[in-house]
Order: sequence, then C-alpha cells, then structure tokens
Amino acid sequence: MTTIGRLFKNNLRQYGMVIALAFIMGLFQITTGGIMFKPMNVTNLVLQNSYILILAIGMLLCIVTGNIDLSVGSVAAFVGAVSAVLMVDYNMGVLPAMLVGFLIGAAAGAFHGYFIAFLRIPAFIVTLAGMLIFRGFTMAMLQGQTKSPFAKSFQAMAAGYLPLMDTRWGKLNVIALCAGALVSVILAAVMLHSRRTKQKYHFEVIPLWMDIVSILLIVAAINFLTYEFAGYNGLPIILIILVALILIYTFVTQRTIAGRHIYALGGNEKAARLSGVKTNRIMFWVYVNMGVLSALAGLIVAGRLNAATPKAGTGFELDAIGACFIGGASASGGIGTVIGTIVGGFVMAVLNNGMSIMGVSVDWQQSIKGFVLLGAVWFDVYTKTRSQSK
Amino acid sequence: MSDTILEMKSITKTFTGVKALDDVSMKVARDEIHALVGENGAGKSTLMKILSGVYPHGDYSGSINYEGSECRFKSIADSERRGIVIIHQELALIPYLSIGENIFLGNERAKAGVIDWHRTTAAAGELLAKVGLNENPNTLIADIGVGKQQLVEIAKALAKKVKLLILDEPTAALNDEESSKLLGLLLELKVQGVTSILISHKLEEIARVSDSITILRDGKVIETLDNASRQIDQERIIKSMVGREIVDRFPKRVSKVGEVVFRVEDWNVYHPQYEDRKVISNISLDLRRGEVVGLAGLMGAGRTELAMSLFGRSYGKRHSGRIFKDGVELHLHSVSESIEQGIAYVTEDRKNFGLVLIEDIKSNISLASLGKVSNGQVINQGLENRAASEQQQQMRIRCTGLDQVVESLSGGNQQKVVLSKWIMAEPDILILDEPTRGIDVGAKYEIYTIINRLASEGKSIIMISSEMPELLGMCDRIYVVTEGEISGELDREHASQESIMGCIMNHKRGTKV
Repeated sequence: MTTIGRLFKNNLRQYGMVIALAFIMGLFQITTGGIMFKPMNVTNLVLQNSYILILAIGMLLCIVTGNIDLSVGSVAAFVGAVSAVLMVDYNMGVLPAMLVGFLIGAAAGAFHGYFIAFLRIPAFIVTLAGMLIFRGFTMAMLQGQTKSPFAKSFQAMAAGYLPLMDTRWGKLNVIALCAGALVSVILAAVMLHSRRTKQKYHFEVIPLWMDIVSILLIVAAINFLTYEFAGYNGLPIILIILVALILIYTFVTQRTIAGRHIYALGGNEKAARLSGVKTNRIMFWVYVNMGVLSALAGLIVAGRLNAATPKAGTGFELDAIGACFIGGASASGGIGTVIGTIVGGFVMAVLNNGMSIMGVSVDWQQSIKGFVLLGAVWFDVYTKTRSQSK
Repeated sequence: MSDTILEMKSITKTFTGVKALDDVSMKVARDEIHALVGENGAGKSTLMKILSGVYPHGDYSGSINYEGSECRFKSIADSERRGIVIIHQELALIPYLSIGENIFLGNERAKAGVIDWHRTTAAAGELLAKVGLNENPNTLIADIGVGKQQLVEIAKALAKKVKLLILDEPTAALNDEESSKLLGLLLELKVQGVTSILISHKLEEIARVSDSITILRDGKVIETLDNASRQIDQERIIKSMVGREIVDRFPKRVSKVGEVVFRVEDWNVYHPQYEDRKVISNISLDLRRGEVVGLAGLMGAGRTELAMSLFGRSYGKRHSGRIFKDGVELHLHSVSESIEQGIAYVTEDRKNFGLVLIEDIKSNISLASLGKVSNGQVINQGLENRAASEQQQQMRIRCTGLDQVVESLSGGNQQKVVLSKWIMAEPDILILDEPTRGIDVGAKYEIYTIINRLASEGKSIIMISSEMPELLGMCDRIYVVTEGEISGELDREHASQESIMGCIMNHKRGTKV
C-alpha cells in the first residue's frame, strides 16, 4: 500500500468524524435552505450546546479511566438550584454564589470519587445513585418551583458577548475577526513546531504538503467561524470559556504527568499501579474534576434560561457520553481525546439543530441521534478490526 | 513411516506489507508429535492460526491438505468439525464456570437446548480421568492452578473428538513437574491416535518428546529434522533457529560483589483474601552490591508474592518484618515510595502487570519515571523522547519507531520495553520475576547480557526463575524458597539442580514431621 494511503487509513478515525461533521453541516445547509450557516444560527449552536461540551470534556476523563458518570445532569441541576436560591432568595452576590456552586460540585464529585476510587464500587452504580440523589435534592430545594430572575452579570456568562460589540468593519465585528486571525497564526506555528519535534525523533510524519493542506483547512474553518460570529453579535463569552477549557484540558491530557497517568490507568490499571501511579488518587480527582465541570455547566444552564428549574439537566449525561463515544473514546478505557470529544459533541449538536430547523419532530430526533451514535462506534470498531487483520 | 495426516503447501501470509509467512510447507505424519520451533516472530503462531481457521481461507495463499482432502476453513468451528483443535498460549477457559461446563462449552451435552447436568458431569469425569486430572468436574476453573487448567484444555479438546491437537507454548507457565506430566499425557494420546503439533521454546522437552521438528525462521521453513530416534540435541535446534551457533547460552560475567546494600529481616505476609493464611513466613535475606541473587523454587512457592510484598506492599496484607537499604530501615507502603527508594520490580506477567498494551513504546518506558523528564507537572516531550530512544537503542528494541504500540511487538521486545521502563527509573535494587518467560533463545541471551551489564554497573539484582539452568548460569548466589519459607541458601560452587531440589525436598519432609 502507498504511504499516503496507509497514513490516511491510520488516521481515518480522526479525520472521519471531522469529515462527517462537515458533510452533515453541508447537508443541512442545503435542506434548511441556507439557515444552517446564518450567523445567528451558528452563534446559537454554540450557545445552546456549550454546557454539553463542557460536561463532555469532564466525561471524557471518566471514560478514559474506563468508567462513566451518570450523575452530571443531576449535579448540574442541583448546583443551579442552590445558586439560584442563594441569589434570588438570599440576595447573595453573583461571584460568592458561583463559588458556592463550584464547591458543591467538587463535593458531589468527591462523594462519587470516594466510593469509586477508594471503596471500589463500580462507577456505573455509584453515579446512578448520585443521579437519583442529586435530582432528589434539586426537587426538594426548589419545591417544584422555578427560581428567577438572575442578575444581568450572571446571565452574561451564558448568553453574553465580548465587549465592543458595535466596533464594526462594514457589518462585521472587528474583535471576532482579529481573534480569528490571531488564533490562525498561533495554530499554524504550533502545528509546524510539533512537526519539527516529531521529525527530530524520527517519528512518522505525514508529507509536508499534507500538513500544509490541513493547516490551511483548519485556518479556513476557524476564520469562517469567526466571520460568522462577526456577522452577528461578535464572540460569545461562553465560546471563550469553552476554547479556554479545550486548550487547558488538551494540554493536561497530552502534556502533563497527571494526564499520562489517567491514560495509563485506563489502559491497564494493574500495570499503572505497579509503575507507581497512584491509581486510586487519580480516579478520585477525575471525579472531583467532573463535579466541578458539572457545576459550571449547571450555572451556565441556569444563566442561559435565566431560571433554575427542577427538571434542568435531564438527559445531559447521555449527550455528554454520546459525544465522547462519537468522538472516538473507547468504552474499555485508555483511548480518547478532548478534540475528538468536541467534534463528537458538535456532530450531535448540528444534528439537533439541523433537524429542529427542518421541523423534524423531537421523537424522531432521538432515534436519529441513536443511530448516529451506533454508526459512529460501529465505524470505529470496523476500521480497527480491518487494520488489524490486513 | 506412517502416512501423512496433514500437509500444508506454500503457505504465504502478509500483514500490512510484512511477510509473516513466506512459502511455508510442512508435513505432519499420523500419530506423531511434531514440534514447531523458532524465535518469536518467526511465524509459528501465524501458521497455526491459519491451520485452525482463525485466519480464514482467502486470507493467505497456499493450500492445506488434511486427511486426504483440501481444507478451506472459514472459522475455528470448521477446523474443529474436522478434529483439529488449537490450545492457545492464553488459555480460553472461563474462570467462574466449573471444569465440566468449560469442557463442554460450545459443545454442551444437552437435549433441545436444555443442559443435561448428569451427562455433563459424568462425561467430564471420564475425560478428566483420561487426562489424569483428579478433580471434581464441579470445581471452578478459578480455583485450580495453571497446570491443571492446561489439562482441562486438553480434556476439552478430547471432548471435541480431536485428531490433530495443536498446543501453543503449553508448558510456558508450568513448573518442571507439571510440564513432564503434560508431556507424558501427549505421549499417551499419541498411542491412542491423537497427532500433536507442539510449539515450545523449551527445547529440552522438544528434543525429548517430539518425533520430528520443523524449524521456522523469519517466516520460512529452515528444515525439518527427524527425531524418531531422539538423536537431536538442543544445540542442533538452536543453530537452525538463530542461524548461528551460540557458543555459550549464558554470557560470562566477572562478578564484583560489594557490601550488603539490601537486607530483609523476618518478613511475614498474609494472603490478601484469606487473611489467616500466611503466604510468606519469617523470610530473611540479603543482597550485595553488584550481586545477582536467584530465588529458586517450585511454582506457588511464594517467590512472586515475596517480591511484590517487598515492592511497596503490592501483594498481601498484614506485613511484618524489616527492610534495610544501605543500613537504613525503610518503611515502604506504596509502589511510588519504593521507586523513590531505588527499588524496582519487573513483573512475570508483562501483559497484565507490566505494560499498557494500547499505548506506545515511549509512554510505556517513561511511565515509572515521568518525574525525571518533566518540569514540575509538565512533561518535557524532548527529554522524554530522548530518554526513551536512549533506552530503545541500548536495549536494541526492534520497532518501527518509539510511537509503535507495544501490543504489536514480539514477546522478547515487549520484555525489553518492561525492562527499559525500570532501568530508566535507575533503581539500585532490581527484582526480575521470570525475565525470560516466553521469549526466544536470541532474546534471552540479550536479556542475560543486560542483567550482567547492570550488575557490573553496581546494581543489585534479585532474579526469580523457574528454569533452573538459567539461575545456575546467571546467579552468584541462590536462595531456595519452599512454601513461603527459605529452605536453603547456595553459593555458586554448591548450587546445582540436585542441591536445589534437595533443599525443597528436605524442607517438605521437615514440615511434615
């Protein structure tokens, strides 16, 4: 087989989902008569799905350890409810209330983590219990009511935009355009640098022209997105938070000792323990982290809806888990990337969004998402077995 | 000469560009034990997977003639129907099912889908008697040892009316006693009309039991030796396997033994589940700088348990006793503390305890010493790559690159990765548990050379091995472990297979009185 063919095959899974995402977006652009890529819709796509993506990042770490967390929706709802009660009923300031929210999230995560990591109770059971427990707490706390409204500053985190919204060049927001250009330059530099490092250690690298093509494609995609945002209200604050989280977690998973330990733990727990990895502690902190991200998601949901409701966050866990698996994470642990998960999350998001615009009923949307999840994982398994047997 | 039961002709099989088998032909006569030997990666397992239908017809080129007709197996079920049964190195038994259930798994004694338990138990009992295993068919597989499990596998094959039995490294995990029992059974089955193909690295047993020997190297058949008169010796086989003569199986080392660096006093360990059972009792031993000390003993004597309990209490409960290093008492409660104190343990079970198989060579090598290649918590990829590639070159790990996934390496190279990991951690005390299990002659020699290099650098090594010649050839001193106790200490001059067995036997007799 030619080198290019082989390289393509080796990276098929990685590119496959990106190509699928582009394809789905293109398809909806046609079927929705051009609504898909309207600046307002692209902006909404990010606003509506930010909290799922945030949860998915935390979920990825749980899944890489070979576990799962079913409680994230309930924890998010509980944190939203507590902070709403504090802000609405007790007139607490936004920042202290958020801080309390994060602490509760961390505590909920620590609660799960303790049972999973130290008492060795299967994560599925612990977090299933957590899902019921925190949903119950939420209902008890809100007593069936909806708490609202919140301060403007609290809403801004979930639904606001960067300042200088009206600094425009023609119809386009200048900040967004500049951000796009800046990110493009940084990204190209980083990719070329990593290519050089790989070459230095004689790792397999794809031909230069392929790297350049992929850089160009990514730069084009980024600038297209920022152009879209520029055409509406500029960059949403939540997008900045999301990008920051993606960068931080990519760095943590790929470049730090903690990250390496998480993957080793998921790949072979016994070998990791005998290599000096404190497996219990790592597992515990992965769940604390998940709790904190659940809290962030809960606050964002509350801010976006401008209300805390007893039913908030229902089903979030399944969307987050789905995003991880569509994004190439392995259910048996040890495999998965943050970027893959984000792409997986967007595949689900675009499906939701496109089908809603087309007027596909909610019932059918569920089934279609189910088929997509199954198809993506089947594709994964299929390409793996093929590359092994040939 | 009897007639031919199997003939494989011009078998060629390629994996992504690499020829695993290149025009391989072999003939197996009826009612013989036919050995298949070769270094790791020579293609033995691949050839047997083709024969048993794991790689279906069409995946390879060439033809298979079995009992006079051409076979085109599409799956294992096809080959089993014709009486060809393969027993893999990793046993395919279900731990929480009984012996009887395992024997008839996929082949149940049933009427209309309902299992007839009386028939199952009775038939299983008969088969167990045939293979000489005195166990209740209702015992769980998890409760019997590897040696007995191997016999259950053979009983399972017999249940399928086996005519051609393929065994892939059946004795790799067995001790001498269990091995000779198993080989005796093969000889018995031969008389009863079961032909066997035996893959093994233990050349001594091959020379002893096989009627003919086919040697593979780099995917090609080098030659087939007739051993009907048992004239072939190990050296002859090794010569063909490696393509050169190995003058000395154990490289020479001038030992420069220094002062005592590691001492264990009155070490006791209890079983992790049955907390009243003492696994290690009152063991005391010492280790000098630059010394290679062997732990000899039968399987289950407690050597691995001893080693792991010393390594940050990674085995057992209720530890007591004292550990000294360089005269200072250590209190080790975790693996990471042990690593910090310069103690390393290289596991006997590299796949389950040694490697993260889905990860690449680099990550596996650096896993135990990430702190060395990091600035704070952040891994310095440059340093990590440099350190890993240094190890790879020094150990001569054969790979496509440091980013190759370890799962796809051969056994010998995987073992070198595990060793690299611990050498990178720069321990003073290195405990090697069966460092050459399941790897070929050439790779063994390389591992021995590495051990000698480490010793000459002033590191102290404890070596556990079930192969006595290996201990005798490598160690300055040998402790004999019997039933969780030290039953003897032998220096180089006094150590021999007989003296080791003597220690074991005397001790056993002693405890019985």
